[in-house]
Amino acid sequence: MDERFDAIVVGAGPAGLSAAYVMAKAGLNVVVIERGDFPGSKNVMGGVLYRQPTEQVFPEFWRTAPLERYVTQQSLWVLSKDSALQIGHKSEAFAREPYNAFTVLRAKFDKWMAKQVTEAGALVVPETVVEEVIRHDGRVVGVRTGREEGDLYADVVIAADGVNSLLAQKAGLHPEWKPNQVALVVKEVIALPRERITDRFHLEEEAGATIEMVGEATAGMMGTAFIYTNKDSLSIGVGAVISDLVATQTNPNDLLEQLKAHPVVRPLVEGGETREYLAHLIPEGGFHGVPRVHCDGMLVVGDAAQLVNSYHREGSNLAMLSGKLAAETVIEARKRGDFSAAALSAYRRRLDESFIIKDLRKYAHASAYFEHRKHFFTLYPDLVNMAAREFLTVDSVPKRRKQWQIVRTALRARSPLGMLRDAWGVFRRMI
Amino acid sequence: MRIEDKLFLDGIKPDESRSHLKIVEVTVCQQRCGERGRPCTLGCPAKVYTWENEQIVVAYNNCMECGACRILCPFGNIDWSYPRGGFGIGYKTG
Repeated sequence: MDERFDAIVVGAGPAGLSAAYVMAKAGLNVVVIERGDFPGSKNVMGGVLYRQPTEQVFPEFWRTAPLERYVTQQSLWVLSKDSALQIGHKSEAFAREPYNAFTVLRAKFDKWMAKQVTEAGALVVPETVVEEVIRHDGRVVGVRTGREEGDLYADVVIAADGVNSLLAQKAGLHPEWKPNQVALVVKEVIALPRERITDRFHLEEEAGATIEMVGEATAGMMGTAFIYTNKDSLSIGVGAVISDLVATQTNPNDLLEQLKAHPVVRPLVEGGETREYLAHLIPEGGFHGVPRVHCDGMLVVGDAAQLVNSYHREGSNLAMLSGKLAAETVIEARKRGDFSAAALSAYRRRLDESFIIKDLRKYAHASAYFEHRKHFFTLYPDLVNMAAREFLTVDSVPKRRKQWQIVRTALRARSPLGMLRDAWGVFRRMI
Repeated sequence: MRIEDKLFLDGIKPDESRSHLKIVEVTVCQQRCGERGRPCTLGCPAKVYTWENEQIVVAYNNCMECGACRILCPFGNIDWSYPRGGFGIGYKTG
């Protein structure tokens, strides 16, 4: 398999397949190396895929791709021990073509993407692990695979090997992630009859719902939980940054079991049958976590470059756009025959000019702020639930006195100055 | 549901000839990690690591390849690589 290509893409996920697709369409000789049995078999996400960004690479994909449900209804639940404050939005506008977002199961969707990539002329090689980069005079010239005589050479290597990002590490682009730069998420796919799903979530036939959960959902750790509706299953998961899991000595599966048993969550999953158990890391480093994304002969895309906006539940769209931008950079570099770090730095510029880095920059200081202020994940969820419950409890207490009781309880838990500071802190880092 | 039961639901093709997870220095787990609570034995979502008879036992055939252990080990003591092509976890849903 000692061969030469225009470009080698390592990893058949959204970032790698998007890069490969764009390059193949431009006539480049592209190979995608995937370690799974098939593209998608090692890939995990919560499950929301956005239409507009996906269409930038695969036009009108929703007509043929294996999608679960189009999302019409999105909620945020702030959980305390036994209750939830629920904020949601549902829109008829999201129920019409071309839709806004879909739930997907990645093993199916990525396989479909890989098929498009193959049809565009790229070679997708599964069951093959890339072990290291091959360098010549300091520049990356290819990759060493686990196969016999499995050295591959190309003008450029695109590292799309996901959150573990081993290739970029081996190429010296970044050291190991720190425990606060990645979250560990566990997820279950729970089978449930279609009618049950549409009934329980108040959905039309093919429509879908998403629920994000904070607070008690992560037992006070920095993280979130989610429930997404698929055609005939639910994806339910929970995750927290690794530094918090270590500090609290928590097993992520215990967290998931607690979530499934939460009185507000239990009725949604009850009677379902768990079909699969999954675990995956999510990049949480944000703007400051993005490593060097280029060197001589190599580019880094998607999760491998920490391109995730966790505040908006966006990752696959950043991955796909970064793949596309990397591909466009390679196509241009090829015209000039220059794949040096200087030439490939155009990729970083493209990222900077796109919504990817703009959005990551917007929340650049948010995680460092919340990381050391755990009361945002414990105290405030409890307070808002207490306030709502008190306010809704009809017990012949005059309303004005009730209001004051709520305010007094809140002020006993956190001083006015503390609350003011928190509000200002959140405003500065999130708005 | 216990982790052990959940893992039965997953398609994991074990590579009997080679472990992709190696403890770099066994003595580090024994002598230095006790006071750190041996986070790999708690944090791994697949319970790959257990502390038995004063040493770490690595059930690499349970591994879902998430990579968390590599990052949560306080001593960087886990040599983590991917299973060979065609082996390891294969998700049906993802």
